[in-house]
Amino acid sequence: MAENWKITLRVFRQKENQPSHFDDFQMDVNPDEYVLDAVERAWAFHDRTICFRHACHHSTCGACGMRVNGVEKLTCITSIRDVTHNGAILKVEPLRNFPVVSDLVVDMGVFYRKMETVNARAVLPVTEAEIENPPSKWDPDDSQYIRLSDCLECGLCISACPVAATTPEYLGPAPLAAAQDQGLKRKPELLAIVDGEDGVWRCHSAFECTAVCPSFVDPARRIMNLRTQVVDMRWRKLFGKA
Amino acid sequence: MDQSRHQPSAGKFWSWFIPVGRQAGGWAFALNRVTAIGLTFYLFLHLAALSLLAQGPGSYDKFLALTENPIIKFGEWAVVAAVFLHGLNGIRIILTSFGIAVTRQKQLFYSFMVIAVLIILIFTIRMY
Repeated sequence: MAENWKITLRVFRQKENQPSHFDDFQMDVNPDEYVLDAVERAWAFHDRTICFRHACHHSTCGACGMRVNGVEKLTCITSIRDVTHNGAILKVEPLRNFPVVSDLVVDMGVFYRKMETVNARAVLPVTEAEIENPPSKWDPDDSQYIRLSDCLECGLCISACPVAATTPEYLGPAPLAAAQDQGLKRKPELLAIVDGEDGVWRCHSAFECTAVCPSFVDPARRIMNLRTQVVDMRWRKLFGKA
Repeated sequence: MDQSRHQPSAGKFWSWFIPVGRQAGGWAFALNRVTAIGLTFYLFLHLAALSLLAQGPGSYDKFLALTENPIIKFGEWAVVAAVFLHGLNGIRIILTSFGIAVTRQKQLFYSFMVIAVLIILIFTIRMY
């Protein structure tokens, strides 16, 4: 028989021209359900005016990113058991560092434009992807196969980054990781975008982006790698090897 | 809708110091800022104290007598603690910025903090 927990789902609410507040919803849940299931239940059975984003329910679309008990999570793959306990509160809030459109929905337009600035790839040849146990040598024909980029563009990294909270111009972890994914040697035009005070040097090594990334992009590692690429490119330019 | 509180702005620097929901890297980030502010404050205090030399040995000696005050003594201890916490945390940042131990930054942080605490303990014993 499925385990039953009684929880209080506390939902951030804010509608146009109204001050924000939290609404509480008492509900019975199976702790192995996901946080998104609880939000959907509150919407379906308690309050149809709750606004939230969701689509795929299996961590591919990146739409359901929220803060769960203060920490950025992709709610479709975050089990209730992992973030609260029986009889406790499950607080859901919109992502930080984005304007709130309504309740749990934020405007991610600026973030998407930054991803476009670095020409972030939605798909990439499998031969260029960072995969576990890659073959020692790729067959030339393998480059015709493509795969989705690891980054879901969920925005969790931007929400968790303390520098992104104070610097609107900062490109942010996901766009910088997308630049690293392409490589400065292959795309030297990205150097001018990432090598600046709001680019790769603005990161202050809090590593919060990597801690919350639900897709193993590991943006912090990529930013550090991008720094070495930038330095390498600068040296090459200095000695006329570019 | 007033969305200002949800948008990034320089005025939100206070959020750097809230450890709730943060992880090791975030705590290290906050610690570096707190110690940096403390050390900057100390630098100005130090320069002000040194400027007393211009008023002759008498006024400087008078100031030195103050260092026996327990509050000033605690301040000295805090400066030494901040130097080691900030300096060792800084080495972690330098290493990871050069691509060294990037995926082990948590362990690096904890290791350096253990070293810092040990040094601070030794200093505390010697000081008191």
